[in-house]
Amino acid sequence: MTAAVEFQSVSRHFGSGPNAVKAVDAVDLTIAEGSFFAMLGPSGSGKTTCLRLISGFEQPSAGAIRIFGQDVSAIPPNRRNVNTVFQDYALFPHMNVRDNVAYGLMVKGTPRALRHAKAEEMLHLVQLGGYGDRKPGQLSGGQRQRVALARALVNEPRVLLLDEPLGALDLKLREAMQDELKSLQQRLGITFVFVTHDQHEALSMADSLAVFNQGKIAQIGSPEDIYAKPRTRFVADFVGSSNILPPALTQALGGPAQWASLRPEHTRLAATGPLTGTVTALRYLGAATRVVLKSGDTEIAALVPAGDPLPDPGSTAAIAFAPQHLHLMEDK
Amino acid sequence: MTAPAILPERGPADRLTAFFWRRPRVFLALLLAPPLLWLGVVYLGSLATLLWQSFYSIDEFSGMVKEDFTLKTYAELLRPANFDVILRTLLMSAAVTLGCALLAFPIAYFAARFARGRWKAVFYLGVMLPLWSSYLVKVYAWKLILAKEGIVTWAAEATHTSGLLNALLALPVIGGNSLSTSYIGMFMVFVYVWIPYMILPMQAALERVPTSMLEASQDLGASRAQTFRTVILPLALPGVIAGSIFTFSLTMGDYIIPQIVGNSANFIGMAVYQLQGTAGNIPLAAAFSMVPILIMLVYLTLAKRAGAFDAL
Repeated sequence: MTAAVEFQSVSRHFGSGPNAVKAVDAVDLTIAEGSFFAMLGPSGSGKTTCLRLISGFEQPSAGAIRIFGQDVSAIPPNRRNVNTVFQDYALFPHMNVRDNVAYGLMVKGTPRALRHAKAEEMLHLVQLGGYGDRKPGQLSGGQRQRVALARALVNEPRVLLLDEPLGALDLKLREAMQDELKSLQQRLGITFVFVTHDQHEALSMADSLAVFNQGKIAQIGSPEDIYAKPRTRFVADFVGSSNILPPALTQALGGPAQWASLRPEHTRLAATGPLTGTVTALRYLGAATRVVLKSGDTEIAALVPAGDPLPDPGSTAAIAFAPQHLHLMEDK
Repeated sequence: MTAPAILPERGPADRLTAFFWRRPRVFLALLLAPPLLWLGVVYLGSLATLLWQSFYSIDEFSGMVKEDFTLKTYAELLRPANFDVILRTLLMSAAVTLGCALLAFPIAYFAARFARGRWKAVFYLGVMLPLWSSYLVKVYAWKLILAKEGIVTWAAEATHTSGLLNALLALPVIGGNSLSTSYIGMFMVFVYVWIPYMILPMQAALERVPTSMLEASQDLGASRAQTFRTVILPLALPGVIAGSIFTFSLTMGDYIIPQIVGNSANFIGMAVYQLQGTAGNIPLAAAFSMVPILIMLVYLTLAKRAGAFDAL
C-alpha cells in the first residue's frame, strides 16, 4: 500500500531563537492511502498545523513532506491535489451554492454547463440536490457544512483534509454527519485526514489515529489500540476517561512499580476488593453512573450500570477489577 | 438573613432605567430625535429648497429671480459652455476615483491583511496625518511642488528624466506649461487630498474578508490573480464603492483645487461659487448643484444593478 501522506521529521517553528514556538516538533507520520486518519489532540497541540502543512498553508521549518511519494516543499497549495473542508466552512458569501461548489472547476476553466452538472451531482452526493440557487447565508450550519464538503470533493482530490468540520454543529447533527462522512469516505475511497479535539469523534470514525501533545505525536495506532493500550498518562487521560494509578498504587494492587491505567468501565463496586475508599461523588450519566471513591490521595472512578444499586455518598465501598485490565504505561 | 429577591431602588436613575426598560421605543426615539431633526430639517430641508430654486429662472434684463416654475434654467445648464463644465468635472472625478482606487488598494490590503500592532498604528497615522493639516496649506504646497521652478522639475533635471516630464506635459489636453498649470497636476493634487477617504473604507471591507476564504480559493486551485478577481474584489467592492462615493462627490463639489492648480478651466464647484456670488444667478447655481447629486444617484443605481452590494 502506498502512503498518501508522509512526514519525515517535520518541524514547524513560529518565531526564532529561544522563544520559538515549536508548533510541530520533529513529527514522523505515515498516512495510508484510502484510510480515514484522525489527528486528535487538545488545542495548541499541533494537529491543525500538521493539516496546514499538508495543504500547503504552512511550510515546514525542517523535514520533508511527501504526498503520494512526491516531495511538496516547492508546491503551492493551488497545485496540490488536496482539498480542505475549513473549520468555518469559508463558503464564498457572494456566490450561490452551485457556484461555490463549482468554484474549483471554474478556476480550472471547465465549461459552464459541465461544471454546473458536476456541482449538481456533488450536491446530490451530500443530499443537497436542488439547493444550488441559494446563497450560503440562507442555509443552516449543517447544510453549509455539506456544501463545504461538496466544494472540496468536486476537484476529486487524492486527499481530503477536514479541519474540525463538525465542531460548530449540535450533538444530534454531529452524530448524523459522523456516520455520513464515514460512509462517504468508504464509498469514494479517498484518503480523509480529519482534525478533531473530540475523542469520541476520533475513536468512532478513524481507521487510524494520531494523538498530538505539545507538537509531538504521543501515540499513533488504531482506535482500539490507543484506547486499550495508551502508552502514556497523557494519552490515557485524553482518550476516554481513565483512572491513572501512580507506581506505588500499581504495586499495591499486585503490579510492578509503574504508572498504570484502569478504565472505569472495567471496574465494579464490590463489598470487598483490592481498593477500598470513601464515596465522594456520584455523577448520573444516563446509561451508567460514575462513582468516585477517594482512597488516600488518589481518586478512583467506577462506572455502575443503570439499575445496579448505588452506594450512598460518604459510605465506604470497594472496587474490584480483572487483573488484565490494569494497563501498564511507559512513562516514569 | 436572606437577601431580598428585588433589590431596593437607588434613586431617580434607577426609575428612569426601569421606565426605558419597559418602553424601549421611547428610548430609541429620544436618541434619534436630535440627529433626525438635524438631518431632516437642516440638511434635507435645504436640499429641497435648493431643488425648488433650480426651477426658478433669472430675468435676463433685470437680473432678478423670477419665482415662476420653469425648466428654462435646466435648458441653460445643457448649453455647450455649461455642459462642458459638467463633462470636465465628471471626467476629472472619474479619473481621480480610479487613481485613488488603484493607489489605495495595495495600502488598504497591506493594512487589512498584514499590519499588526505597531504597523497598524503607523498605517492609521500615515493615512490620517495629512488630514490634520489645513486643506489650503496642502494645496498651496502642491502648487509650489508642481510649479515650473519647483522640486519636481528640479528632481527631473537632477535624475536626467526631464525628457519624460516634458513628454508628459506635451500630451494634448491634459498637459500644459507646467504640472501646476495642467490637468495632470490637478489630478495629482485631487488624488493626494482625497485618498484617505478611499483607503479607510477599503481597508474596513478587506479586513472583514476572512483569511480562510482566501485560503479556500487557493486550496481549490485558484491562482493569485483568480483569487483576487473572484473572491477579494467582489467582497471588497462595497468598500471600494463607499470610498468612491467619497472621492467622486468630493471632487465634484470642490471649488478650491481647480482655482489654484490647473489651467483655470471652470468646474462645477467653481461655477456654483461664481453664480451664487458675483453673478447672483441663484437658479443656475442651484441647477448646477443638482448635477452631482443626480450623477451620484445614477452611479449608485448602476453599482447596485451590477451586484456591487451583493456581498453586504
